Amino acid sequence: MFKSLLLFLLSLSLTAAHAQIAVKADLLFTMTGDLKPIKNAIILCSPDGTIQAVGTDIQIPEGYQTLTVKVATPGIIDAHSTVGLSGILNSPKHDQEQLEKSAPIQPELRAIDAYNGRDPLVKWLRDLGVTTVHTGHAPGTLISGQLMVVKTNVPAITSLDDTLVPTSAVAATLGSSALSKSPGTRAKAIALLRAELLKAQAHARKISTAEADDEKDAPAPNIKLQILVDVLNKKTPLLINAQRHQDIASALRLREEFGFNLILDGAAEAYLLLEEIKAAGIPVIVHPTMGRPFGDLENMTFTLAAQLHQKGIPFAFQSGYETYVPKTRVVHFEAALAAAYGLPREIALAACTIYPAKILGLDDKIGSLAPGKHADLALFDGDPLETTTHTTHVIINGKLVSSTAK
Amino acid sequence: MRSRNLLALALAPLIAFPLIYSSARESPEPELKIQAFTNATIYPVSSPKIENATLLLKGDTIIAVGPSDQIDIPADAQRIDATGKTIIPGLICTHSHIGSVSGADSSSPIQPEVRVLDSIDVRDTSINKARAGGITTVNLMSGSGHLLSGQTLYLKLREGNTVEDLSIKLPDGSLAYGVKMANGTNSIRDNGPFPGTRAKSAALVRQKFLEAQVYQKKRAKHLEENDPEKTFERDLALETLADILDGKRTVHHHTHRHDDILTVLRLKEEFGFKVVLHHVSEAWKVADEIAAADVPCSLIFLDSPGGKLEARDFEWRNGAELEKRGVLTALHTDDPINDSRWFLRNAAIGVRAGMSREKALEALTLSGAKILDLDKSVGSLEPGKQADFVLLSGDPFSIYTRILETHIEGKQVFDLEDPQDRLFAEGGYGAGHNRQATGCCFYR
Repeated sequence: MFKSLLLFLLSLSLTAAHAQIAVKADLLFTMTGDLKPIKNAIILCSPDGTIQAVGTDIQIPEGYQTLTVKVATPGIIDAHSTVGLSGILNSPKHDQEQLEKSAPIQPELRAIDAYNGRDPLVKWLRDLGVTTVHTGHAPGTLISGQLMVVKTNVPAITSLDDTLVPTSAVAATLGSSALSKSPGTRAKAIALLRAELLKAQAHARKISTAEADDEKDAPAPNIKLQILVDVLNKKTPLLINAQRHQDIASALRLREEFGFNLILDGAAEAYLLLEEIKAAGIPVIVHPTMGRPFGDLENMTFTLAAQLHQKGIPFAFQSGYETYVPKTRVVHFEAALAAAYGLPREIALAACTIYPAKILGLDDKIGSLAPGKHADLALFDGDPLETTTHTTHVIINGKLVSSTAK
Repeated sequence: MRSRNLLALALAPLIAFPLIYSSARESPEPELKIQAFTNATIYPVSSPKIENATLLLKGDTIIAVGPSDQIDIPADAQRIDATGKTIIPGLICTHSHIGSVSGADSSSPIQPEVRVLDSIDVRDTSINKARAGGITTVNLMSGSGHLLSGQTLYLKLREGNTVEDLSIKLPDGSLAYGVKMANGTNSIRDNGPFPGTRAKSAALVRQKFLEAQVYQKKRAKHLEENDPEKTFERDLALETLADILDGKRTVHHHTHRHDDILTVLRLKEEFGFKVVLHHVSEAWKVADEIAAADVPCSLIFLDSPGGKLEARDFEWRNGAELEKRGVLTALHTDDPINDSRWFLRNAAIGVRAGMSREKALEALTLSGAKILDLDKSVGSLEPGKQADFVLLSGDPFSIYTRILETHIEGKQVFDLEDPQDRLFAEGGYGAGHNRQATGCCFYR
């Protein structure tokens, strides 16, 4: 108790020791309204880690540390990653925590129990401007576990408050990457999933019966079924990784049958089902533009994001899950390439800032720059989407977390 | 089909000796087409960028490059207005695995007798995609899971039915290729005959090269004696290594960690072979030693470090550190590690981390040609060189720039306007399926 009080006081004094940050940007993408940037803008960060003011006619009060940059954007948000679980060394039993293959369905595996915010890849992304990641269990088994939303300045999960959302989604995979001995076929995979969701429905019924009737015992606690009950109750979305069109169609069919909140992930052949996806009103977290065109991704196209945008389907970019090298991708690099293939530039930027914030239900906090929102910023010496541009500074909760000019 | 093979045969001497080509030569061949790409921004690479420039080709060969007002375009030339477009030399990838290439099997760690030549699928979509990426010349290699996984093959990505149609002939009639070697963790395995440690890896390689030295002497003696009565028992493995010792073939050496890099330099010192360091993730740690050894490098820029233990300390500044020290540096895709269609972007990462734009473009073209000993015929836009070039929509290092056309030896092999080619350039339904190479351009 005394120790934590001391730490609290220490952190207060550290906060006081750091000047508040003001950013002067030639071009500021607030990612609000029509997404158009503001010229010669100023942002003030408040001591509580939120944005105090944004605009062109702001005086920077005395005592602020002023960063003068060419371009400022909201901190970049990676809509789906495995960083912090799939470590830099790619060393099984040491830093590979993203996929537990002992059983095909394990929704009870929590991301918070696996996340290592000190892995060098987290810093790698942070230095490049990524301030928030939606990370957790990887695609590769039918249900691999949970995802969470966390900022990239968090070294370890010491309490649920260290995350933005401790359980943001349950990760499922349809398609060949989730097939092995059993399920060994696509049809079997769906049969297993349906059976499991039916069990969860029964579990939910038993719980409500017990709640309504004192005579009835509550069912034995079951963390696996409980999280699936949360999925069925739309408390937690089911993020289904499906690349082939028939797998995407299966995901839509499952949603139709069980009525959960679906986030479509990967979706390499979504361009074949634009009408169906639009009608279902579900968002898509598109595979990395630089994903490799093999296996279920063999018919992927660099124009997928542009096609989703044109159709009016909500979408966001992801760095995805890499099994080898590069061990992580960088989400705004993926967005940049989509911009080269037909996606308007400001939409590319939106799809790694405000769009993922909306999909994750966090757009009241992150993804755009407005008073009261988190002061998370990425600062650049040029067009954020150009490969040759450097990320000069990164700010999380109003504090400078990187100035490596990478 | 028949006429196409004849055409390939007719081109063969030009491919081998582009410099001796002359329009004055008496020949029964049909009149060679003259093409003029006018008003472009041209990066010849061997000389500074030229605005409002013209590239003039005759048949498969460049005959002039320069400011449009200084180039005389013959009346019968086909004029292609390239206003607003940028022309760069065809890209050269010094390390690629396209064409579903394979090499050595798991029977032993050193297999110099194995040729990737015998495995390449010229109809694989990865080859179409590489053309869409502006790549005109590749070094196709087997993997890094062996100390020596086989003979590589240098190819021009011409349209063709057989690997021979795409191959490059050397003046002695043999095909142009190198040899793939590796050290570090990829070639270390749990079970013999593969090495379990780095020291064992080096020992196995040294022993094999010592045997090759004996073979080399025997072979030289046999050739010198020139006695038709005497037979010489060929050994396909030792023969390849002896070619390396003779300086006839280059070793393309996969290596990541600083100590592994130094091991390669030590082997080179002991056996005196020509070697190129590939990947060189920790080049920044031993850049002085690499420069002192005067060994060229072929680099790759990944979007993040790691993925394996020995790539933990990979840094983007490798290119800049080598450039500072004057090391001949090329780039490679290592496709499928980096897709061939992102090759220009790869160089842009080098620029981001301090390479000059000039050297980065050179690393994609002329430096690669030098590393493959093909710089007399490809790698830059100069009169006498093969007409391999790429039309871009803008700045080579801008992410928004699109590759519009790829030309090899004066023939268009990729055209973004062609629906089939566009499928290979962007992906889409069917992009992953191999198909008959009916590409846009060859039959036009």
